[in-house]
Amino acid sequence: MELQMVKLTLRSAAIAVTAAAVSISLAACGSSGPASSAGNADSATMWGLTGGNQPVLQKSIDAWNKAHPDETVKLDFFANDAYKTKVRTAVGAGQGPTFIYGWGGGVLKSYVDAGQVADLSDFVASNPDVKNRYLPSVLKNGVIAGKTYALPNNNVQPVVLYYNKEVFDKIGAQAPKTWDELMALVPKFKAAGIAPFSLGGQSKWPDLMWLEYLVERIGGPDVFANIAANKPGAWSDPAVKEALSKIQDLVDAGGFANGFSSIAADSNADQALLYTGKAAMILQGGWIYQSMKKDAADFVKNGKLGYVTFPTVSGGKGDPANVVGNPSNFWSISSKATDSQKKAALDYVKSGMFTDADTQALIDSGAVPVTTGIESKLAASPDKDFLSYVYGMAKNAPSFTLSWDQALSPAQGDAMLANLDQIFLKKISPDQFVSTMNATIGK
Amino acid sequence: MSTSTGSSRRVLERGPSGWLAAPALVFFLLFAIIPLFGVLFLSFTKWDGLGEIKLDGLSSWTTVLTDPVTGNALWVTAKIMFFSFIVQAPISLLLGVFTSASQKYRAALAVLYFVPLLLSSAAVAIAYKALLDPNFGLGPGLGLPFLAQDWLGNSDLVLFVVVFVIAWQFVPFHTLIYQGGVRQIPASLYEAAQIDGAGRVQQFFAITLPQLKYTIITSSTLMVVGSLAYFDLVFVLTAGGPGYSTRLLPLHMYLTGFKANDMGAASALGVILVVIGLALALLLQRLGGKNRNASQLEGA
Repeated sequence: MELQMVKLTLRSAAIAVTAAAVSISLAACGSSGPASSAGNADSATMWGLTGGNQPVLQKSIDAWNKAHPDETVKLDFFANDAYKTKVRTAVGAGQGPTFIYGWGGGVLKSYVDAGQVADLSDFVASNPDVKNRYLPSVLKNGVIAGKTYALPNNNVQPVVLYYNKEVFDKIGAQAPKTWDELMALVPKFKAAGIAPFSLGGQSKWPDLMWLEYLVERIGGPDVFANIAANKPGAWSDPAVKEALSKIQDLVDAGGFANGFSSIAADSNADQALLYTGKAAMILQGGWIYQSMKKDAADFVKNGKLGYVTFPTVSGGKGDPANVVGNPSNFWSISSKATDSQKKAALDYVKSGMFTDADTQALIDSGAVPVTTGIESKLAASPDKDFLSYVYGMAKNAPSFTLSWDQALSPAQGDAMLANLDQIFLKKISPDQFVSTMNATIGK
Repeated sequence: MSTSTGSSRRVLERGPSGWLAAPALVFFLLFAIIPLFGVLFLSFTKWDGLGEIKLDGLSSWTTVLTDPVTGNALWVTAKIMFFSFIVQAPISLLLGVFTSASQKYRAALAVLYFVPLLLSSAAVAIAYKALLDPNFGLGPGLGLPFLAQDWLGNSDLVLFVVVFVIAWQFVPFHTLIYQGGVRQIPASLYEAAQIDGAGRVQQFFAITLPQLKYTIITSSTLMVVGSLAYFDLVFVLTAGGPGYSTRLLPLHMYLTGFKANDMGAASALGVILVVIGLALALLLQRLGGKNRNASQLEGA
């Protein structure tokens, strides 16, 4: 007993120290957005992300609060990177929100292991409507060891190869279907003074999309499944090394825009290169369609934006229909929330989410909701080509691999992004990458 | 003061009441000493920020001390410290001397030089990130190809870009210190030198520099120890990249603690940072000589 008390005191002291440190650094970064919905002291709290889905979520919560004045939800928005740091520290210090926004994967598992998120299995079992509204392939990303800890809350976000049809017409080229075709396009675009690929290398995570898809196409989904399962030496799979060499080949050939490691994806500078015609192609998440629709409305409206799945690699084992990306974002409910907060939260999940208005708002923003039976709504949208394409891609994919930085533990994810950055800069060899990453297995 | 000459003399003899330091001491204890011991304790544990804190002996220390990234972070920190000092010290000394004179245009310039200090580091970093963008930044915007370098993406260049932006932000502060220091130098010294026939350059080296000895020590201490604390600006500008090129020790500590969620290793890095900072501050104070607290103006 006594020992436990001491442990607890030490732990709360440590948490207080960390919280003080992080609040100082976060205040310096000016992370919090201005938007905030009203609520009373014991109302449920929700932290969302700024960006494409922000107005959709805001509308959904506003509608809920208006209809349920006794079960209001207080909503705040944060920028992506700042949110990831802030929420973890806040949850660790017992100051977290009722609704915890997440991506599933290794990060969700660390919350489950720490007992910070509520088990929603019973809730899902007793509310078949909730379960049935989701695409099953997406829903399973919130399940850990047979129990549901997180429910999808927005849209499917597969990684797509976007291209600028105008510059493709200019040099008379077709979108690449194989890796060899892709490599052959590089000198053609360079000769025309156009960067073959845009890449937000400064943000590091866009680099990862290349590795994810190449490993998937070359070795199939099992390669990463072994890595995620922490099998010793899993990074030594030849598919990883081949993928890394192919990335460095593309760097050597001048495939990426000049100064790609200075380009920030967080400020959308990478997609700007595509729609201004300075770059021909970009490998990015489905969500950039939403921001391009806003920032380059004419480009999207006039059908100049093309999109294909990632090319196949000759001799590769992966099914060309397999997809990588984010199946969706998720809501988890804090296990430390008060009973009335939990009740309000679950009531919102049950009847406030994915209302007809919500689903329509998502579709109007250029996103594909993770719900079933929306084909007719998609077909009625002005963005129907892209939306139906993404919906079909997600629905028909034999395997949908979660972004690796979310699927792995935070320590592994951090090391992976820093080392992959070195691969793109040609500071390390594929062999060095493999041995460094093997050393992180199990961490 | 006017009531009793006896008590005011006693105050003068003993110096001001020790209680004046009490509020600062309480804050120092709460926000510096106690967290310091907390960090020391955490460096012997394993904690991911969410679950139980488990005692883990020296494993965080072995991880940190054998990790090549730590050595690299130390090396990058040392380079930034060295180049920051080499760039900032002469510029701020000269600017400080320049702006200390009383002409109106110099006062106006002093105000302009002061502006960067009013901006938050995050704002400075975001502005520079936009200006240095190779495709949409200053270079392509003005059609000046030599400005359209891969400033933040080239591992060899980025360090100097960071040193430049840091200098841009902090030179005004040190200029202000030097300006104050120069204004403290009695005019009679210069008058005497003029009568003896000393030129402007001679006056600078024979009077201004020696009289600024303690100002130089103060400013240098702030520059050197301060470069152990560069975090926000570099975090927003490069996030330590590309690769590990600008991953300074404090940034490495933050990323280890809050991105990789390894609080044990981050705490060990924090302890290393504190030890280096204290050692450097002591060393610089020693350079000032034993009688460092005496005013340089006495006996002038």
